[in-house]
Amino acid sequence: MKRTTVTIAVLAAALGLAACGSTSNPLGTGSASSSSSAAGGVVTVGSADFSESILLADIYAGALKAAGINATTHTGIGSREVYLKALTDGSVQIVPEYTGALALYYDKTFDKTDPAQVYDALKSLLPTGLTVLNRSAAEDNDSMAVTKATAEAKHLKTVEDLKTVAGSMTLGAPPEFQTRAQGIPGLARVYGVTFGTFRPLKGQQLVQALKNGQVDVANIFSTDPSYATDGFVALTDTKKLFGSQNVVPLVSTSVADKVAPVLNKVSAVLTTVKLAAMLKETDVDKKDPSAVAEEFLKANGLG
Amino acid sequence: MIGAIWTWLTSTSSWSGDDGIPHRLLQHAGYSALVLVVAAAIAVPLGVWIGHSGHGRSLVTVANSLRAVPTLGLLFALTLVLQPHLQGNTAFLLPCVIALVLLAVPPILSGAYAGVEAVDPAARDAAKGVGMRPREVLRHVELPCALPLLMSGLRSAALQVIATATIAAYVGLGGLGRYLVDGIATNDYPRTGGGAVLVALFALVADIVGALVQARVVSPGLTGKGRRLARVDHPTVPSGATAS
Repeated sequence: MKRTTVTIAVLAAALGLAACGSTSNPLGTGSASSSSSAAGGVVTVGSADFSESILLADIYAGALKAAGINATTHTGIGSREVYLKALTDGSVQIVPEYTGALALYYDKTFDKTDPAQVYDALKSLLPTGLTVLNRSAAEDNDSMAVTKATAEAKHLKTVEDLKTVAGSMTLGAPPEFQTRAQGIPGLARVYGVTFGTFRPLKGQQLVQALKNGQVDVANIFSTDPSYATDGFVALTDTKKLFGSQNVVPLVSTSVADKVAPVLNKVSAVLTTVKLAAMLKETDVDKKDPSAVAEEFLKANGLG
Repeated sequence: MIGAIWTWLTSTSSWSGDDGIPHRLLQHAGYSALVLVVAAAIAVPLGVWIGHSGHGRSLVTVANSLRAVPTLGLLFALTLVLQPHLQGNTAFLLPCVIALVLLAVPPILSGAYAGVEAVDPAARDAAKGVGMRPREVLRHVELPCALPLLMSGLRSAALQVIATATIAAYVGLGGLGRYLVDGIATNDYPRTGGGAVLVALFALVADIVGALVQARVVSPGLTGKGRRLARVDHPTVPSGATAS
């Protein structure tokens, strides 16, 4: 048995699968299972180490299983740098990704913003061996949130609508928003929107400040559970200042044909609102992500 | 790295505008002063009363156990609880001031209490002996004698408050903490490092000022620097009046 393991390891090294070969690779155990998975036809869905990515991995794996494909998950791998390595060394075959962020990872000067253009450009940027399936309408992107009351009182639907009223409003956003090109400078350049005051806040603090009225507009993620829990309204980014961050399955070309029909169906039904509602269940109600994924798949006829 | 921090500290853009060093330093000094005044207003009278009367010593122990409360955690908790009931800037300032006051009270209280408590009973008795009433004993004997410990309590509180007031930046306020929080958020390490240097320098300068004030207000008779040292050490008290 021991000899077999050694042989496999040597073979793997010879085949260049261990080319990245760092001994500190936290995916050591994952690599071992990949050699068996290749034989047994198991598809492993990996994910980054934040709840949305884990949830998406559970959704992909659940849909594949329901379609009769032997799938398993390896969630919470780490940052993009780490899980992309897992994808190229074959420990996982699928990871949920975001179009704009992934394109920017491969091209540091990437500046396209239109969803279709970003998606097409991303395809050409991917290294051989990797491909993306259909993109979903769901986006995890920067967004400008207001309370329902503010939206109604000031007739706000899009970011552009802020132009005339922003001068008397307070913007709450993470500190980096103040200097980032897509932040305050971008709002002024693209929309002509300049806020009266800026309050640097982030995370739960920012959500609370918006809820309690200390800030009037908040820069939070479009899938933030507070959209579902507090009934915030997302102002549409009509001029795509924040670019496009559509959820898309990044897959190894070796399994692409096999999983594409199933995952494309998932992408077809996934929306930002649905994703935010599911994240509210996993993050606020502390439900198990795989259970939430199963509910979603059943409700959309994919389970 | 040190060069980059120096460049940030000396560039003219770091010294102008709302995010400039003078404005941030003023905000930082403002928060610290407000906190210290409130904390001293609570802790000095209380500590002096405990030391003078000998009642409520357990309060000092309770206050000292407050030192174990993590200020940042307390700040977030207070913000969550208080913010829904407050408006505008107060919604951010009040939780911050309360959290920092709780940090500043224990050293001031201990200093005031220990200072009064440690007054030489002989001096107290002598004051009573010459006909002073309890209030006069407190004002003319106990308080001046307690000043060195009282002042060191205040200085240690000032040091902690100035160093910790950086957390104001976490709840959207200004102060020198902005450089730390914003610097980390934008990977601008010279800014973060520069902010840290400024906080440390400010705390040091404040402590030096505190030391100078202490040297001025504390009676030379207590510090051993006065010329009348010999007489203070061997006061002429009628036999039988000394406690020792």
